[in-house]
Amino acid sequence: MSVDQKMDCGRRNLLLATSAAGGVAAVATAVPFVASLTPSERAKAAGAPVEADVSKLAPGEMMTVEWRGKPVWILRRTEEMLASLEKTDAVVSDPESDRPMQPEYAKNKYRSIKPEYLVTVGICTHLGCSPSERFKTGNESGLGAEWSGGFLCPCHGSLFDLAGRVYRSMPAPDNLEVPPHQYLADTVLLIGDDGKA
Amino acid sequence: MTTKSQALLNWIDERFPLTSTWKAHLSEYYAPKNFNFWYFFGSLALLVLVIQIVTGIFLVMHYKPDGTLNAAGIPVAFASVEYIMREVPGGWLIRYLHSTGASAFFVVVYLHMFRGLLYGSYRKPRELIWIFGTLIFLALMAEAFMGYLLPWGQMSYWGAQVIINLFSAIPVIGPDLSLVIRGDYVISDATLNRFFSFHVIAVPLVLIGLVAAHIIALHEVGSNNPDGVEIKKKKGADGIPLDGIPFHPYYTVKDIVGVVVFLFFFSAVVFFAPEAGGYFLEFNNFIPADPLKTPPHIAPVWYFTPFYSILRAVTYPLFGLDAKFWGVVAMGASVVIIAFLPWLDRSPVKSIRYKGPVFKIAVVIFVISFVILGYLGVKPPEYKFFGVLPGAPIAQLCSVLYFAFFLLMPWYSKIDKCKPEPERVNFK
Repeated sequence: MSVDQKMDCGRRNLLLATSAAGGVAAVATAVPFVASLTPSERAKAAGAPVEADVSKLAPGEMMTVEWRGKPVWILRRTEEMLASLEKTDAVVSDPESDRPMQPEYAKNKYRSIKPEYLVTVGICTHLGCSPSERFKTGNESGLGAEWSGGFLCPCHGSLFDLAGRVYRSMPAPDNLEVPPHQYLADTVLLIGDDGKA
Repeated sequence: MTTKSQALLNWIDERFPLTSTWKAHLSEYYAPKNFNFWYFFGSLALLVLVIQIVTGIFLVMHYKPDGTLNAAGIPVAFASVEYIMREVPGGWLIRYLHSTGASAFFVVVYLHMFRGLLYGSYRKPRELIWIFGTLIFLALMAEAFMGYLLPWGQMSYWGAQVIINLFSAIPVIGPDLSLVIRGDYVISDATLNRFFSFHVIAVPLVLIGLVAAHIIALHEVGSNNPDGVEIKKKKGADGIPLDGIPFHPYYTVKDIVGVVVFLFFFSAVVFFAPEAGGYFLEFNNFIPADPLKTPPHIAPVWYFTPFYSILRAVTYPLFGLDAKFWGVVAMGASVVIIAFLPWLDRSPVKSIRYKGPVFKIAVVIFVISFVILGYLGVKPPEYKFFGVLPGAPIAQLCSVLYFAFFLLMPWYSKIDKCKPEPERVNFK
């Protein structure tokens, strides 16, 4: 623009105003598009609590139930398994379960309501793989002589003990999540609802 | 040319720049005459892109992006892939061309990138070509990753689970971001459908746009060559570079030879080893997706494994953020850092032919680290070399070497004893 051509401020202001209004309209139009990416009402409504009957579970055995599309493990721990938790206290990163990965009633040394039954979401807190059971101990496990049973995440090698507590210096930052749950009867569990919320 | 066809061409040229475009990009685009073997891979990448688009169009006619279970209890998406393989006439071939094409794409692109590294093709004035190229690589990774979910097998499902959860490691916005990517609280039908949409429409469009930008930028500045000297500096009386030859017919014909040899190997894989021993099509992906059970050994497809190894190598928290976040940062950085190569290389010469021993050793160490990372990435985390040498610390060492290659380059490329570049290209 040459010096003698004066800028027409009226037209410039109109240009700015229409651009701003157009920009607002464009952003407003984008809102429903982004919203469409979030979970639908149907997806939000899914996720009812599930019941699990553990009467047929033998000591040392584990069963898996599906809750909100995720595996929930119920492990009936033997005396040796419970005793192994004393040993792993020293090697896990959060032995006292201080981080909020479990409801208050499971914040104890067994991370469970009844010591015998561990109820935990079988999803690694690293990147969401489902760890595999490695209940054999010592050299037989392939995880070294010190191994006292637990879980190994196949994806990135995180190790968890038999209370779902993660070992130190593992990719996974947290212990396995204990879902809200309650006992409806002595051997009947309700997962996803602890009657408190 | 007959007068009639000349008249038609004139008619078009007055309305559309047909002749001038043909000349600018083919018949009068002067490429250095000393291209060697490494210069096949750009045109081959273009060929594979065409193969993927054409086979993809036909696959979409039969594939169903549906994660719900059919009457037989098999996910519809998984069953539709089996249907393509067994019942659609020629379907098996089209699918194998597409699945083999994905791996072939990465083979030629890795070689194409390595060519750029060898001959300094990223150096001034080709920085933007290199950046577009890095973006193409990123888009290609997104395309491959999303495509891998579609067969809805065990590897599809758990691979996507891991990668989407990477995003949840980002502080503050992470969990919501991964929710928006999945469209559900777990990987589900919603995720499958949006990945399908991205895989067949959004990312291919971006990819084609980036490839166009890559080529337009290349034709603006002209091709580099194995000697790394600018042919435009020495022009004849006609203004044509003395060491340049028209791309068409010289390199179009040369590239046809490359295409024939490539298709020879490509067909051998498609017809005789489409699974490539579990590396191109992983065996666990022949099992329908099961959200309750991760396969005992999951690994990404081979072309992602070097970066996956870098992700796994980070195991300690830093600055109050957990290791998971830093693993994601390291993996992201390992790809993004490639884009910065034009500014990291301070060597006075472009081509490895005239670079000194330090740079050559650095490249060798880099390639070895990259290959070891790739190898360890397909192995389980507790893998030991020869059953004794643990893989995890070696992956950590190789990750450090990978980054050192880039981050130390400003220094070692400067102190290196380079040979003088020739005035003109070497050509026998």
